[in-house]
Amino acid sequence: MSKQVKQLDRVIIRFAGDSGDGMQLTGDRFTSESAVFGNDLMTLPNFPAEIRAPQGTIPGVSSFQVHFADHDILTAGDAPDVLVAMNPAALKANLADLPKGATIIVDTHDFTARNLTKAGYDANPLDLLGDANDPLGEFQVQPVDLTGMTVAAVAEFGLSRKDAARAKNMFALGLLSWMYGRPTEGTTAFLTKRFAKVPAIRDANITAFRAGWNFGETTEAFAVSYEIKPAPQQPGVYRNISGNLALAYGLVAAGVQSGLPVFLGTYPITPASDILHELSKHKAFGVTTFQAEDEIAGVGAAIGASFAGSLGVTSTSGPGIALKSEAIGLAVMTELPLLVVNVQRGGPSTGLPTKTEQADLLQAMFGRNGEAPVPIVAPQSPGDCFAAALEAARIAITYRTPVMLLSDGYLANGSEPWAIPDVADLPLIDPGFATEHNHTSADGTTEFWPYLRDEETLARPWAVPGTAGLENRIGGLEKGDGHGNISYDPANHDLMVRTRQAKIDRIADSLPPLQVDDPSGPPGEGRAKVCVLGWGSTYGPIGAGVRRVRRAGFHVAQVHLRHLNPFPKDLGEILGRYDKVLVPEMNLGQLSMLVRARYLVDAIGYNHVRGLPLKAAELAEAIGALVAEAEGVEVDLSTPTQEAPR
Amino acid sequence: MSTEHLPFPGLRSGVEGVPTQDEAQNAKEYTSDQEVRWCPGCGDYAVLKAVQGFLPQLGLRRENIVFVSGIGCSSRFPYYLDTFGMHSIHGRAPSIATGIATAREDLSVWVVTGDGDALSIGGNHLIHALRRNVNMTILLFNNRIYGLTKGQYSPTSEAGKVTKSTPMGSVDHPFNPVSLALGAEATFVARTIDSDRKHLTAVLSAAAAHRGTSLVEIYQNCPIFNDGAFDAIKDNDTKADAIIGLVHGEPITFGAGTRGLIRDSRTGGVKVVETAEVAADALLVHDARNPDPSQAFAISRLTEMGYLDRTPIGIFREVARPTYDDQARAQVATAREAAPEPAADRLAALIGGGDTWTVV
Repeated sequence: MSKQVKQLDRVIIRFAGDSGDGMQLTGDRFTSESAVFGNDLMTLPNFPAEIRAPQGTIPGVSSFQVHFADHDILTAGDAPDVLVAMNPAALKANLADLPKGATIIVDTHDFTARNLTKAGYDANPLDLLGDANDPLGEFQVQPVDLTGMTVAAVAEFGLSRKDAARAKNMFALGLLSWMYGRPTEGTTAFLTKRFAKVPAIRDANITAFRAGWNFGETTEAFAVSYEIKPAPQQPGVYRNISGNLALAYGLVAAGVQSGLPVFLGTYPITPASDILHELSKHKAFGVTTFQAEDEIAGVGAAIGASFAGSLGVTSTSGPGIALKSEAIGLAVMTELPLLVVNVQRGGPSTGLPTKTEQADLLQAMFGRNGEAPVPIVAPQSPGDCFAAALEAARIAITYRTPVMLLSDGYLANGSEPWAIPDVADLPLIDPGFATEHNHTSADGTTEFWPYLRDEETLARPWAVPGTAGLENRIGGLEKGDGHGNISYDPANHDLMVRTRQAKIDRIADSLPPLQVDDPSGPPGEGRAKVCVLGWGSTYGPIGAGVRRVRRAGFHVAQVHLRHLNPFPKDLGEILGRYDKVLVPEMNLGQLSMLVRARYLVDAIGYNHVRGLPLKAAELAEAIGALVAEAEGVEVDLSTPTQEAPR
Repeated sequence: MSTEHLPFPGLRSGVEGVPTQDEAQNAKEYTSDQEVRWCPGCGDYAVLKAVQGFLPQLGLRRENIVFVSGIGCSSRFPYYLDTFGMHSIHGRAPSIATGIATAREDLSVWVVTGDGDALSIGGNHLIHALRRNVNMTILLFNNRIYGLTKGQYSPTSEAGKVTKSTPMGSVDHPFNPVSLALGAEATFVARTIDSDRKHLTAVLSAAAAHRGTSLVEIYQNCPIFNDGAFDAIKDNDTKADAIIGLVHGEPITFGAGTRGLIRDSRTGGVKVVETAEVAADALLVHDARNPDPSQAFAISRLTEMGYLDRTPIGIFREVARPTYDDQARAQVATAREAAPEPAADRLAALIGGGDTWTVV
């Protein structure tokens, strides 16, 4: 008997279990299969800060959400269509996120009295299925003894019961792979390689994976499987990539494209450590990684390496930036190239180490003593971290300045299909080291002036030790214009403060015009009265929210910033075209504050700091409300029209 | 978790790999055009003169020498030398120098710091530089007071010291910089005095030749806020009794040979005896090259609580251990040798790796 196959255009699945249940791996594998299958996708891993939180408890729940579709999608999805819950805590922790009618697959094996108590259940909700007071009555619940069937399936390999049960995540993966017609070769190959040294474990995992698939195919409990066709994509070679990996590759590429050795000085911190782990593998590219004694030494060593002619990089999260601030000020004063990567997380203080937020924008902008302008670059999606890292390196090297690269926890750990760029198309970056004297004194002798500037960029020369005749001393004290000797002269200080600012402002000359996504008409003549302005990882939710509004037949424009300092030159003019500007951010209104101050625009904030990406549906309602206000119309997003673009 | 056996790079000089110059150099070439702005009578002048006189003897190319400093009176030092230099931020010079030394084998890297800069705000970076054994020489100017902030006690000030911030006497227990460095397993630890140019130059010479982090504590007088702090070892009437000279391979004696050191079996440390009262072979022979730092540490403890009436001077410890920077560069070099050129092809292979699919 062949089962019914239903067509779907998109599905959101959340795998949830105890921290030790292997949910991140399960999600990763499902994602890889979907990517290879050709769906567009976005992922949202969500895990506790504790490495081994108490087993079976709500704080110990780890989850991985994947959204995959037959069309271009922008977010990991607001609400899961399917929840796989490996224990009572996973069910309880995720239930509030499910829409009515969602499918829940639970591992009945772990619904023991002890686990139910740990999760805070007075009674087993599975015992009430179908009753009048069924707490899960709104959902389609599929109780399956995943653990029991796994243990039975792998009995032949002679594993302990504990080890045998650990393969249950692969059983679940097999079942879901059957349900959604995922290819299986990749996971089999992955397991073969991963457990090559322990054949029993390898075989148990592969067997559990296949058993899960076969269970789906044979059991009557699952009557339907689903097909989500591949999404049309631009021609090219693709891979799935996470933000931290793309960012690390971008740094390697910056080294190759500039011809400079990359020197990473850093200290481990969530969620940035994977950048260190990845770069430590790429010594063959001349990459040196230095795990310092603290955050300050990390940036200090990076500054030293830059002084010595490397591309100095330091990677951290918000608390680390706080510690590095004085050193970043030194790099501002000494005008040395330096990349400062901040993978933002929830704050203040230690905050939410494993959750996302974008509340360090003003810290990046102003978090130093004195007038210390630092360019800021932000990626908008996991794959975009590659290009953003290259762009940050271009600015740092060309303008001899520290540059802040603002990623966040969602970009870092989330993943998406990425069109692998052709290396021949990547920009070249010229370090342009100083090689000779650049100043002639009144008496006709020549000398080297370390603070004589390039007329176009206002960048000072990068004079690397070992270059004869260029010996010079730099430091944190104020420099005399040109010659660079210590100067306490009032007029000179005023000039130098303004010059350092002017140098950063000049970066805007090198930026392309902003891309305005406004299908309502040509620039300045469109019908849209509302513009949504964003930066960083909110690109996906904003784009999805804007699409919903347009699908309902309304007009709205979208602008997304890669450069937060300096702003692109045309930003003020663009914002001026619209009656209302909405700025969605995962903070309390930091970009809003900057554009208000800079352009006197009445920017309206849309702000959530829940440690999670913005929800596209909620954001669409906020956009719709603003459209209603601006255009004086009723806005109802529940009835999509066909003529509007998706 | 596993460990790799790291290759020992062999015994090399601290300046090996740094380009040399055949023509003779002089102190004037190493003197910058900047006016020196320390207080009259400051011990820093003497050290600057000694360094300007000593650097030409190294025979290195001047452009391959880098001086890095932190914050404090002594940290102005780089401005007065015509080499590459960076006057950085408070306490962080060792970390910046670590980046420079690791990035470039062909540079001779020097750190100039003080007792506040190195032992208070920068204590962490100092011990970690020493532990890693990065190839650099740290000159720690110890005047036992905060000068630039005008006279507060420092982490090397003696307990009970009355200063601007301690009118009833400091209740801080001081660091002994040599003991601290030995505790961090520094491979080269020495102490010298600003006013003894000959000894200072000899110690600098040995420090430069040492591959790894060399810590040289220089007792330096601050005539404004702590004048006379080192009188015990400078006054002609007392210095013979106060200074205990350390020379590798020689019995440790002082007081014109009337006193010496022997092992104290009761404490495990060392103690002072009248040489006439012990057999000649009972006297402790100084062994700077002993891999075990215990004896050097015991000798460093003679300067109890920061009182200088018994002050060992010289090289406490000078042992070979692979340096951080040599090993870090060796790993990069090994990986590079195994990698085909051009890098662009490898970059394409890297970013195009993993599970890929093609859309046509």
